[in-house]
Amino acid sequence: MDTFIQQLVNGVTLGSVYAIVALGYTMVYGIIQLINFAHGDVVMIGAMVAYSVIAVLVGAHVSLPPLAIVVIATLFAIPVCMAVGYALERVAYRPLRNAPRLAPLITAIGLSIVLENIALIIWGRAPLPYPQIIETVTYRLTSHPDGATITNVQVAIIGISIVMMAGLLVLIYRTKIGVAMRATAQNAQVAGLMGIDVNRVISITFIIGSGLAAVAGVMDGSYYGVAHYQMGFILGLKAFTAAVLGGIGNLGGAMLGGLLLGVIESLGAGYVGEFTNLCHLSGWSHALALRCVSDPHLALFGSNYQDVFAFVVLILVLVFRPSGLLGERVSDRA
Amino acid sequence: MSADEAPLLALERVAVSYGGIQAVKGIDVVVRKGELVCLIGANGAGKTTTLKGICGLLPLKSGHVRYDGRDVTGMRSFRLVRRGLVMVPEGRGMFGALTIEENLAMGAYIRDDRAAIRDDVERVFTLFPRLKERRRQTAGTLSGGEQQMLAMGRALMSRPRLLLLDEPSMGLAPLMVHKVFETIIAVSGEGVTILLIEQNAKLALEVSHRGYVMESGEITLDGEAAALLHNPKVRSAYLGEAL
Ligand SMILES: Nc1ncnc2c1ncn2[C@@H]1O[C@H](COP(=O)(O)OP(=O)(O)O)[C@@H](O)[C@H]1O
Ligand SMILES: [Mg+2]
Repeated sequence: MDTFIQQLVNGVTLGSVYAIVALGYTMVYGIIQLINFAHGDVVMIGAMVAYSVIAVLVGAHVSLPPLAIVVIATLFAIPVCMAVGYALERVAYRPLRNAPRLAPLITAIGLSIVLENIALIIWGRAPLPYPQIIETVTYRLTSHPDGATITNVQVAIIGISIVMMAGLLVLIYRTKIGVAMRATAQNAQVAGLMGIDVNRVISITFIIGSGLAAVAGVMDGSYYGVAHYQMGFILGLKAFTAAVLGGIGNLGGAMLGGLLLGVIESLGAGYVGEFTNLCHLSGWSHALALRCVSDPHLALFGSNYQDVFAFVVLILVLVFRPSGLLGERVSDRA
Repeated sequence: MSADEAPLLALERVAVSYGGIQAVKGIDVVVRKGELVCLIGANGAGKTTTLKGICGLLPLKSGHVRYDGRDVTGMRSFRLVRRGLVMVPEGRGMFGALTIEENLAMGAYIRDDRAAIRDDVERVFTLFPRLKERRRQTAGTLSGGEQQMLAMGRALMSRPRLLLLDEPSMGLAPLMVHKVFETIIAVSGEGVTILLIEQNAKLALEVSHRGYVMESGEITLDGEAAALLHNPKVRSAYLGEAL
């Protein structure tokens, strides 16, 4: 039971990050039907910029509370990522707006490589130890002494994600620019006939998604304690999976898909060792029984297979429900 | 209507083509301030293509569009809206997943005067009470006629100076057609200049001041609407009467 609760907590934490990144994918897809495969690398840039700011502030022995340092770093990362997201659209995607769909897709993959190489030049090849300046506080969730726990970092990640998602929903559903974004997503030509500058709305969409990505990058770096120029690749793929799982183009879907994917992954990683434990089969093989004396956790697959679950989910969704959990069928789109 | 007044809209030898196919072949059309002018013609004559050329939705192959004394050839549609040139597209162009209120808010996108916008929403609701009852429903749930009313109400929300209407009566029941034309007359009466595209030539000529007849991308006839209404060619080709 405690394993379950623990993996659930870890999964929701992870899932919050996935959801925030998935929103960036889904917003862009919703408005220009483009899968911005460079989005994961914008997350990476956010993590890297924040890393550098924290390193500088800590190195300079500034007498600021650790939390303030992280906040300052994030406030640096957000505009940098917004500028990167804006530039990607302006320089690379906009000229291809009316090109066959394969062209922007290949461009997106190319941009991802470009961003990774820029990061490689600036920050180097080695994984950077993310400065753990905020002291981790662990709260026990159950009475059991070895029971499930949650850390202050996890609480912060989940809380900040919820606030950002709520803020985004208010923006999209309650403000004029949000309604214009939805109108443009439905019919860009008619949006233009309302006096909406469609290019501006698309830019704003990239900027908002990239701002969220910056925060996700800081959260990811703080959670795993490491940043790396290629960290955006797998994270991006998983967030894309989350967006597809929820129904790409659908905001609620990205949130649901992110959370579900995080939980599936964590539970999968938590239980895969147990389910594939070969020692259950000791009765069948004397040799196995002997090995299990020394290694009772001998399993076919370990938690290092965590990453596989996301892609199993992606394949299953694409095969059985390509429109995702909350997505309308493509033919229903007006 | 004084004929020497500067035109609000003037098409000068406007040609538009799709690839190699020329759909509009160098036409001249003039709409003066306060006029209600119709452009009639059979299906496929090039009426919609003409409007799209005016609005910057299609590039002109040659010719010029002048609006309010300026050459606006190729100007993007959102900029034209800001100058008061607004089109209600063929098929109504609903944002089906947005509510009626949100659709109207988008019509007023270029405006910032919140109080006046609220008043205008109320005016649209007075004009079309059905919309008021359903203000929080999505536009996709409306009937065709209600959608046309919303489309016209939405266009009015920008306080246009020139309204381009592309077949507002298409696919509507007779009662709705009547309501749509009543609205057109009312809007025109408030001083909004209108260029109306219609297949229903009789109704269009009955409400308009002047008319143009389009055939295979060319203007073949034009003049006072009343005169066109009695023109034998028009009567046989568009009003379904034997010569
Ligand atoms: N997107 C398009 N591509 C190619 N040809 C088109 C396109 N749209 C319209 N046409 C052609 O251009 C001509 C004029 O069409 P249109 O302007 O829609 O006529 P109308 O509005 O008078 O019915 C028609 O022959 C039509 O087949
Ligand atoms: Mg037409």
